[in-house]
Amino acid sequence: MVLSGSDKTNVKGVFAKIGGQVEEYGAEALERMFATYPPTKTYFPHFDVSPGSAQVKAHGKKVAAALVEAANHIDDIATALSKLSDLHAQKLRVDPVNFKLLGQCFLVVVAIHNPSVLTPEVHASLDKFLCAVGSVLTAKYR
Amino acid sequence: MVHWTAEEKQLIASLWGKVNVEECGAEALARLLIVYPWTQRFFDNFGNLSSPTAIIGNPKVRAHGKKVLTSFGEAVKNLENLKATYSKLSELHCEKLHVDPENFRLLGDILIIVLAAHFTKDFTPACQATWQKLVGVVAHALAYKYH
Repeated sequence: MVLSGSDKTNVKGVFAKIGGQVEEYGAEALERMFATYPPTKTYFPHFDVSPGSAQVKAHGKKVAAALVEAANHIDDIATALSKLSDLHAQKLRVDPVNFKLLGQCFLVVVAIHNPSVLTPEVHASLDKFLCAVGSVLTAKYR
Repeated sequence: MVHWTAEEKQLIASLWGKVNVEECGAEALARLLIVYPWTQRFFDNFGNLSSPTAIIGNPKVRAHGKKVLTSFGEAVKNLENLKATYSKLSELHCEKLHVDPENFRLLGDILIIVLAAHFTKDFTPACQATWQKLVGVVAHALAYKYH
């Protein structure tokens, strides 16, 4: 999956529109993921995963920051997220299927808060971007 | 057999009551073809699918989207009996249309996004969870008669 020039423009545009709210988007995406796909909670036995949890909010900020970092270095996501990629491969080992689930939830959050931004073309670009991020994070798994 | 709680049934019925099936169906199918372009492989006879604009404006896409979502309405009416409801359609998609069931999952995910954009804050996490469950179960029922 290769991000075209217009994909990159679309993705940067989305994150520019979202601005500082992105941290809340991260938290809401996680909350929705836990509600919609309960098995994803198995990766957070040490968390309070109930809605509004401070731990989920904090973790949402981290997730959002990583997405922003990837968007800001969209020409080389692999380098930008290299440390995170190592972390997921060596320590976290989240099954690859779960990145799609979080990606779906992030798209839902964007759709809810910015329906006019999520045109079909932008939807396609953002979906590709989220896939690319997931691929990078699982690239060193084996 | 899938179990639906009273809350889930309520979330499904109340949302469905507000869905414009023609608009929502058209949009969902158009987005499927745009976001996952390989799904266009099933629609060689639909004419111009060369760009997002062409796809969105394509009358065959609109008509077929409406048809697909109208059929989804049957699921909403028959939550306790989805496999039977979709038995013939499942056979059709396998034997005549040769559609990989993965495509049903893709369309389901797209439908969720369309509903989210349309209903915004009303598309609560509980609502999303229920509808994601529904699209998954519909996809499963449509794949059930594959051989």
